[in-house]
Amino acid sequence: MRVLRFAVVALMALGCATACEERPKTQESETTQGTGAATGAIAASGETGPADANTILIGEVGSLTGPEATFGVSTRNGIDLAIQQENAAGGVKGKKLKVRVYDDQSKPEEAANAVTRLISQDRVAVILGEVASSNSLAMAPKAQAAQTPMITPSSTNEKVTQVGDYIFRVCFIDAFQGYAMAKFAHDTLKVKTAAILKDQKSDYSLGLTKVFNTKFTEFGGKIVTIEAYSKGDTDFRAQLTAIKSAKPEALYIPGYYTDIGVIARQARELGIKTILLGGDGWESPTLTELGGSALDGSYYTNHYSPEDPSPHVQQFIAEYRKVYGAVPDSLAALGYDAARVAVDAMRRAKDLTGPSIRDAIAQTKAFPGVAGTISIDENRNAVKPAVVLKVEDGKTKFVTTVSP
Amino acid sequence: MESVAAPRFSGVPGWLRGPLPILLSLPILALAQWATAQAPFLVYIASIVGVNVILAVSLNIVNGMTGQFSIGHAGFMAVGAYIAGKFSLETKDVYLPFMQSVAASDQLMFVFALLLGGAVAAVFGFLVGLPSLRLKGDYLAIVTLGFGEIIRVIVQNTEMFGRALGLSGIPQRSSIFMVMFWVFLTILAARRIASSAHGRSLLAIREDEIAAEAMGVNTTAYKVRAFVISAFFAGVAGGLFAHFVGIINPGSFTFVKSMEIVVMIVAGGLGSTTGSIVAAVFLTLLPEALRSIFTQLGGGDQTLAQRVDQIRMPIYGMLLVALMLLRPQGLFGTKEIWDVAPKWLSRRRKGMR
Amino acid sequence: MNDLIQHLINGLAAGTIYALVALGYTMVYGVLKLINFAHGDVMMVGVYMGYATAGHLGREHQSTFLGATLVFLLSMAGCGLLGFLIERLAYRPLRDKSRLTSLITAIGISFTLSYGFQLDIGFLPGASPRAFPEIIKPHEWIVIGDHDVIIWNWQVISFLIAILLMLGLQILVFRTRFGRAMRAVSFDHRIAALMGIPVDRVIAFTFMLGSALAAGAGILYAIKDTAVQPLMGLYVGLKAFVAAVIGGIGHVPGAVAGAILLGLTEEFVVGYAGDVLRGLGAVLHLDSLGVGFTGSSWRDAVAFGFLIIVLLVRPEGIFGRVTAEKV
Repeated sequence: MRVLRFAVVALMALGCATACEERPKTQESETTQGTGAATGAIAASGETGPADANTILIGEVGSLTGPEATFGVSTRNGIDLAIQQENAAGGVKGKKLKVRVYDDQSKPEEAANAVTRLISQDRVAVILGEVASSNSLAMAPKAQAAQTPMITPSSTNEKVTQVGDYIFRVCFIDAFQGYAMAKFAHDTLKVKTAAILKDQKSDYSLGLTKVFNTKFTEFGGKIVTIEAYSKGDTDFRAQLTAIKSAKPEALYIPGYYTDIGVIARQARELGIKTILLGGDGWESPTLTELGGSALDGSYYTNHYSPEDPSPHVQQFIAEYRKVYGAVPDSLAALGYDAARVAVDAMRRAKDLTGPSIRDAIAQTKAFPGVAGTISIDENRNAVKPAVVLKVEDGKTKFVTTVSP
Repeated sequence: MESVAAPRFSGVPGWLRGPLPILLSLPILALAQWATAQAPFLVYIASIVGVNVILAVSLNIVNGMTGQFSIGHAGFMAVGAYIAGKFSLETKDVYLPFMQSVAASDQLMFVFALLLGGAVAAVFGFLVGLPSLRLKGDYLAIVTLGFGEIIRVIVQNTEMFGRALGLSGIPQRSSIFMVMFWVFLTILAARRIASSAHGRSLLAIREDEIAAEAMGVNTTAYKVRAFVISAFFAGVAGGLFAHFVGIINPGSFTFVKSMEIVVMIVAGGLGSTTGSIVAAVFLTLLPEALRSIFTQLGGGDQTLAQRVDQIRMPIYGMLLVALMLLRPQGLFGTKEIWDVAPKWLSRRRKGMR
Repeated sequence: MNDLIQHLINGLAAGTIYALVALGYTMVYGVLKLINFAHGDVMMVGVYMGYATAGHLGREHQSTFLGATLVFLLSMAGCGLLGFLIERLAYRPLRDKSRLTSLITAIGISFTLSYGFQLDIGFLPGASPRAFPEIIKPHEWIVIGDHDVIIWNWQVISFLIAILLMLGLQILVFRTRFGRAMRAVSFDHRIAALMGIPVDRVIAFTFMLGSALAAGAGILYAIKDTAVQPLMGLYVGLKAFVAAVIGGIGHVPGAVAGAILLGLTEEFVVGYAGDVLRGLGAVLHLDSLGVGFTGSSWRDAVAFGFLIIVLLVRPEGIFGRVTAEKV
């Protein structure tokens, strides 16, 4: 009997909950300009509003610590360089630019936390980030609801920009990258059969696998086997043995550089002599340190090549090298592009409210990015070619460009 | 109504004593809902805190009250999150015609999703609880850990659950009201269990399983029940989590998440609901607070603020070791707030003890 | 056929490493009844010590016989010391408390080590993986067919080192005075103390021995899989623990058998389970659920599935003895 009463009251309570619930949906969209009166209610959360009236705050979310830190750090370097240059060039509408960056440890819930913080505490004008698509997917609905434009430098999953009309990207999508490698493998390398070794812990890898699989088959090639590993594994011999017995002419490994080196070494150790192919996850200075000579003769698709002779690319590389002492990788280039697209849009926008900046970003056409010329299409994706790089003697060499 | 049956210490009629706390909580929660409508960040943080409190209090039912050692709580959370999230995704556009508005209908569906997630998690709790028939202590711990890992592998291999990318675009129906309401229900349930005959049996198992069995306590049944209840609330917590983060993927429910919850209840004191709550709130807010402080102090240089999360895990590890060496009973031991509060505050309670 | 041989070699190689780590688990459990959760992470620290030593030796010296021996000995000694410190500072004060207390401490140490090593402050290496130097210069020893199966020199050397270490341990435990003391402590440490056995010293030595063994296993592991990273110990440790339980925890040859069984099972699941799953899927119409049929993607679940089955069917392990609980 008591249980029944308990249940009745609990249901009543929920009824009340439903009644109270109609407000926030419309209200949340106003929070960018909202006063945030209750925001300071917990001292623990701190009060870190915009610095002052003469600065424009740009928010950034990235994985700056943890296993994927190199991606986040490169991106941040690129963004910082772009902002320094833009400030030196006079800022935007007479105001200086400032970046506030939060770490998300590459976890979606932390990314959502960070973006909420940027929107409601720091009240940033634009959000830049994240690298990993799953984190961008956690951020996008919050940015969309708050009408704060968000540009992801390097999330390649299609779903990200489908969240809403405030979400943009300055890189190509998975579908295109998979297509580019399939086309290159079939047309240029004249490969007839291929195997795929995918990282089942990463959505990025699964996306590329799917597209490469369908496209390569469409072109008339044959996928002989698909094997899987988990990011962080160190023994890939079982999968590689299975791949070896399928005798492919090429092995596509759309994974992250942290695993690629070990995979390549173990493949050679088992006597697999096929060409290794990969995607932009390979891009890292430590790739060849981990893989050594086992990677020689491999190809991977990427966003840009430091060998691009265009003067603005070479100038970017020179300045990046001056500040950070290294050749920028593609994540740095994409971060740099994302920040510059955002600044360019803010310059063109009639004011600095979310909707005006959004419209300006959407109108970006033929913007000279260092990682390819950027035109934002109606799906808010950048349309641009991919480059194919070849690994030789511990260095990467530009091979060709694949256009959409 | 009937003063004879009424308890000694208050004028509250007997029939009201069960549901009274819930009724009292409602206006407070509604007020909280109203007050935070303009502060999404506050709501987000409060939701995270709320979910962690639910997880800690529910894990405490197994680890603290019953003395079993589960280190796979994130597995139950994952089950709840995926089931509730999938349900909401599938029924995104369903409108219940008997509700007055779309928002109200959404909320009812949300509650249903949470209950469904909790129920499925409870079934898994039953399955994991069963081995406790034969295993105890460290062995059981490893089995719960293995269970959490197996859940992760299954999700990763199932297209329906989005594999590595997880489920995204889950409607964000959560509100501070809903989270806090469940926090409240969880705490209430934990307290009611602890002070019931059922709870006494659990405590007896914790203190000495063989003696408890000798005294006629059906140890297996009680242990399995503790697992089921604990898993139910963990599943609800997962469902709430899915509905305010908006995306779930296997990476959010790893061994590390389980360990975070274990650290909370160990620090708070195994067996103390108060301790679990205090530790969960404190340990969730601590990194946020440090981040804010470092951002303020650091000005342009934010390296310290960025390192907060990096430093957090080794510190948790050392905290566990230090706690075990210096104060193995944790902050509160097995006591509750009214046991340690000044006497004049707890006067009302004396008669019941 | 060549496939099968290659899979056998791979499985044996993985199993040997698990076995060395599992021995440490089993010995510590034998004398203390404690699951030393941090064992895998001690192994990881040992690998980093080897990495640092090899780095100091430089490219020419690290791959000489002397250099490689030095890498092994130094990291084994370093880890022995680490094991001693952990036992002395964290486990000994808790020996009379409940087993749960020790288990939580062990988990705490494991976390401190594996996440502490992900920091890049001071001497700590940071989260990115590093390439482990080739302290044994690789060359092909046996080649079957047209490079169908290749057996490398380091595979044979690693296998021999592992066998030597295991034999050494077996002799130590069953042929020496100290081994007899260890077994006595394992049987009942209170009575052992009454018989004049220095229980504290025996336990400390067991810990050092287990940790040194883990370091040796770790170096072999790093030679095999070529990379070092801070989380490597966590999973190897868990799998080795599973192996120890399968063989019957506390039982030395059981741990070795369990480890090799686990290594081979994992290998064959990756190699052949895909076909079985696809067959099953076609019969049960699982494809409508979208369940993946790639055998290799189920590898992570193998060890734990195995463990749960063993614990439910035969909790004392394949070789373990049933012991009645004393009240």
